[in-house]
Amino acid sequence: MKLSSQLRQQIGFALLSVVTILVVLPILWVVGTIVAQGAPAIVTIDGWVIDVSWEFIFEMPRDGMRAGGVWPAIVGTLLLTLGTAVFAVPVGVAVAIYLAEYAQDTLLTRIIRLAIINLAGVPSVVYGLFGLGLFVIFLQFGTSILAGSLTLAIMTLPVIISTAEEALRAVPQSFRIVSFSLGGTRWQTIRRTVLPQALPGILTGVILGLERAAGETAPILFTVAAFFLPRLPHSIFDQTMALPYHLFVISTQVPGMPVQIQYGTALVLLIFVLSMNILAAVMRSRFRAKRQW
Amino acid sequence: MVMKPQAKCELQGVSYIYEDGVQALRDVNLRIFPKQITTIFGPAGGGKSTLLRLLNRLNDLIPGRCLEGRVLLDGEDLYAPGLDVHALRRRVGMVFATPVPLPMSIRRNLTYGPELAGVRDRARLDELVERSLQAAALWDEVSDRLDEPASALSGGQQQRLCLARTLALEPDVILLDEPTSGLDPISTAKVEASLQELKKRYTIIIVPHSVQQAARVADHAVFLLQGELVEEGLGGELFTNPSDQRTEGYVTGRFG
Repeated sequence: MKLSSQLRQQIGFALLSVVTILVVLPILWVVGTIVAQGAPAIVTIDGWVIDVSWEFIFEMPRDGMRAGGVWPAIVGTLLLTLGTAVFAVPVGVAVAIYLAEYAQDTLLTRIIRLAIINLAGVPSVVYGLFGLGLFVIFLQFGTSILAGSLTLAIMTLPVIISTAEEALRAVPQSFRIVSFSLGGTRWQTIRRTVLPQALPGILTGVILGLERAAGETAPILFTVAAFFLPRLPHSIFDQTMALPYHLFVISTQVPGMPVQIQYGTALVLLIFVLSMNILAAVMRSRFRAKRQW
Repeated sequence: MVMKPQAKCELQGVSYIYEDGVQALRDVNLRIFPKQITTIFGPAGGGKSTLLRLLNRLNDLIPGRCLEGRVLLDGEDLYAPGLDVHALRRRVGMVFATPVPLPMSIRRNLTYGPELAGVRDRARLDELVERSLQAAALWDEVSDRLDEPASALSGGQQQRLCLARTLALEPDVILLDEPTSGLDPISTAKVEASLQELKKRYTIIIVPHSVQQAARVADHAVFLLQGELVEEGLGGELFTNPSDQRTEGYVTGRFG
C-alpha cells in the first residue's frame, strides 16, 4: 500500500505533536500538583482576599519540623549557592578562557576536555562522597558550609566550563583578527572584545549551573546539611539546613508530617530554582537584543 | 651617482608555504617606496593577501607556516627574534575586505588601538578621533553620533570607519586588502579619493578588487600570478604597455 506524501506528512506531524505533548504533560502535572498542594502552606485564599502567610517562609521550624517555617533551609540554600558561585565561577571561566582562547589542540587539552565531559556525567552522590573524603575529613573543614560549597562547586564546574567555552567560541573570529591587527595582545583582545561579547552566554551557563547546585541533595548530604538545626549558621564552618535535604527529611524521615508542609517546602524550592531560570532567560533575551553581530 | 630612494618595505627572496603544502609566494623580490600607492594585483590565489599579511605579521596566527627570505621595514627584519609584533602592527595598519566594526560605539572603535597602546589622555583621544575621521572622509556624516554603535552605519561608512580606525593608530604603512569589494561605486570613489589624499603622508599598499581599480589608483603596480612576481612598474606604464605576455593577457582581460 502506498500512502500519498501528503498523508505521510500529516501522520508524521501528528506523531511528533503527540510525543511533544507527552513530554510536556508530566511536567505540567508535577508542577500543578506541587502548586495545588503546597500553596495552602504559603497563601490562604478567602474569596477575593489573598493572604500570604509569611511565617512559613520567615520562621524557624518547630515541633519536630511539623510546624513553623523553613527559613533556615532557605538561608542555607542561598548561602550554599553563593558559596558555590564564589568558588566555581572564577575557576570555571578561567578554564574556559584557557581552552577556548589559548590552548592548542594537543593530547593534553584533549585529555582535559575528556575529563570535563566525564565529570559532567559523574553521579552527584559520588561528588558527595568525594567532598566528604577531601574537604570534610582530609582538609578538616568538618561538616560545614565551606565543605558543602566546595563540593557543589566541583560538581558545577563542568557545566560552567563547557557553556562558557561555547559562548567564547561563538564570538566571531573576525573580531579577534581586527583586534590583533590594531596591535592588541591576546589578553587585551580577550578582555576588551571577546569577553564582553561572550558575557551573556557565560552568565546563562553560570546561572544554569548554580541552579543545579541549589537543587541537589546528594552532594550536601555528607558535607554540610543538618537534619534539624532551627537557627541560622554563624560562620562558613557551621552546618546548615538546606531546602532539598530538608524536603527529603520531611518527606521520608519524620512520621506524621502534614502534607501541606511537605508540598509547601517543595514549592519554595521550585520557586527558588525557577526564578533563577527566569533570570537567565531574561538576561539572555535582553543581551541578545543588544548584540551587534 | 644617483641616490636610489630608500625603500619603505622590502621583500628579499620571499617564499611562503602554508601548512597544507600550498605555496603562496615563490622567491618574491620587491621594493615598496614611501608616500606612494603600490597596488598588488592579479587573479585569485596569487598570494596577494599573503604578501600583505607578511608585512604586519598577521600570518603569525596561522600555524604551521614556512617562510623563507627576508621581509624588511625601514631596513629592519620583521621576523627577527624579539621584535615587538604588537608595536609593528601599529606601524603597519590594515583594512580588510569585509568591514568589521568592533561591537562598540563609533568613538570606541577609533580609540581602541590607541588605548591598547597606552594613550589615556581624553583630549588626545578626541583629537585622534576627529583627525582620523576627517582623513577617511567620514567626519561630516558621524560627528554628531559618535557614541552610537558602529554596526548601525551603512556598509560604505563602516569601511571608511575601518580605514579611520587604522589611521588612528598613526601608522607608517597602510595595507588595504580589497577594501572596496563590497561597496557601491559612490562609496568606492570616496575611499579612492581618501587614498589619494592619504598617500601624501603614508605608504599605501593596496590589493585592488579589479584591474580597473588597480589602474585608477596605482603609482606603482605589481602583478602577482600564482605566487610569482611577474612584472612591476609605474602604474601608467604597466597597464598600457606591459612587457610580459601574461601581464598583457591579464590586464586586457584575456584571462583572469
